[in-house]
Amino acid sequence: MMGAKIIFYILAGLMILFSILSVTTTRVIRAAVYLLFVMILLAGFYFLVGYNFLAGVQLTVYSGGIAVLIVIAILLVHNIEHRLEQIPTFEYLWKGGTLLAGAILFLTTMRQFPFERIVGTEQVSVSDIGVKLLTLGEGGFVLPFEVVSVLLLAVMIAAIIISKGEKFKTEDND
Amino acid sequence: MYDFTGLIQGINKWLHSILPAVAADVVGWILIAAAFLGLFAILGLVLVLAERKIAAFFQLRLGPNRIGPWGIFQTVADAIKLLLKEPVGTNRADSFLYNLAPYFVIIAALMSMSVLPFAKGLHAYDIDIGVFFVIAMSSLGVMGILLGGWASNNKYALLGAMRSGAQMISYELSVGLSILTIVLLSGSLRMSDIVASQSDYWFIFKGHIPAWIAFMIFIIAGTAETNRTPFDLTEAESELGAGFHTEYSGLKFAFFFLSEFVNMFIIAAMGAILFFGGWMPLHIGGWDGFNHVMDFIPPIFWFFGKVSFLIFLIMWFRWTFPRLRIDQLLTLEWKYLLPMNLANILLMAFIVLMGWHL
Repeated sequence: MMGAKIIFYILAGLMILFSILSVTTTRVIRAAVYLLFVMILLAGFYFLVGYNFLAGVQLTVYSGGIAVLIVIAILLVHNIEHRLEQIPTFEYLWKGGTLLAGAILFLTTMRQFPFERIVGTEQVSVSDIGVKLLTLGEGGFVLPFEVVSVLLLAVMIAAIIISKGEKFKTEDND
Repeated sequence: MYDFTGLIQGINKWLHSILPAVAADVVGWILIAAAFLGLFAILGLVLVLAERKIAAFFQLRLGPNRIGPWGIFQTVADAIKLLLKEPVGTNRADSFLYNLAPYFVIIAALMSMSVLPFAKGLHAYDIDIGVFFVIAMSSLGVMGILLGGWASNNKYALLGAMRSGAQMISYELSVGLSILTIVLLSGSLRMSDIVASQSDYWFIFKGHIPAWIAFMIFIIAGTAETNRTPFDLTEAESELGAGFHTEYSGLKFAFFFLSEFVNMFIIAAMGAILFFGGWMPLHIGGWDGFNHVMDFIPPIFWFFGKVSFLIFLIMWFRWTFPRLRIDQLLTLEWKYLLPMNLANILLMAFIVLMGWHL
């Protein structure tokens, strides 16, 4: 158990470090890379509690998908010489203070809840995940699954319309 | 040669007998890491030599033939040259990302190699999401190429990186879906389960035609994932110089180069594990005498034999097909492979549901 604790503190420390770096750096691509590190470290936490499938999803969707998309977007629009403006010190102070107050509020609220340690969690099999995703009853996720699919479809169509908007219009005029 | 379980457990016991428990574990981890790094380097040397020899074979040349008998030490000499080279970088590059990018690629390759079963009992980490872990790691590898291309501050490198982003993100879908077709048959993502459930028939025979279609899509998309000809738009020597690694030299270039070859090995190994039974000898359900004869060939030879065959197939592609244009590349993926793949998954699900597989 000692080893897990040491790994937890290493992961947590690195995560805090990269989160802070991600919002303080003046180069936008480095901010994206630090964000990527935070997402990879979060997958590390899932591995630590033994939920390997969620860790795999975190790595594929967030680190491999979202972070890569952010980086591609930056690649398209940003020059390497470009810098964001430096944030003034007094802004650091009051924003940091607000954050700290929020963290204290969060922690005091959370600590009132009696958390239980779950020992010996069973492994989740692929068929379990598949069945749960398509179950309507208790513990089933078919409604959220479908709602998210429809939302993503709508977003994709909207993106196509926005990027090809002019072409659609000219076709109508003809 | 037949079962490595005893050997690995013997080493583990011996370490525990001479060291305290924690130290023995740590030494064990270091030994495993060293073994993988050694395999990584050897694979690089052997595969580069194989590529050059096979290229020569297809073009009616001799290939490397000066250093050592039949030129087999050529790649060793090349490796020493790369190690000794002066690292030349550009002045106006983003030095942090420029230096970081090769490690992304090489760490992703190493981590996906760590979950492969090489033979019975020779398996570093039998994680329960094995196949999915390899997909996750390969999607991280893209990051190294994107960052390397951008941080070089070179327009050819940037073009290469943009092409690779579009290419690898698209073809990841096909690799994932064709793997999913096989997961339908095995019912598990764990590598050892996948190999074990092929002890009567390999999945490519078990799944009838959908398995063959899935294999073809997997090998096409796998070639694209590793950025090899005919999908090597990221490098495209004749158009972009050297693509995303134009500005890299010496050891950092060697990292990109090495991980490209190791990625090819990983794709071939995944193909062998998913479709050809991994280290499982050729077994046919019911033919006990035949199965017994096949068991005499050690599993590790079966595994590396299948992997070498698939690597030869991928190298054969390289000297047979011309390079695709970027629009042809994306059309192939989104208009042909993806719809075929989705229909194929439905077909396979139907076959598994009706119990028609062998």
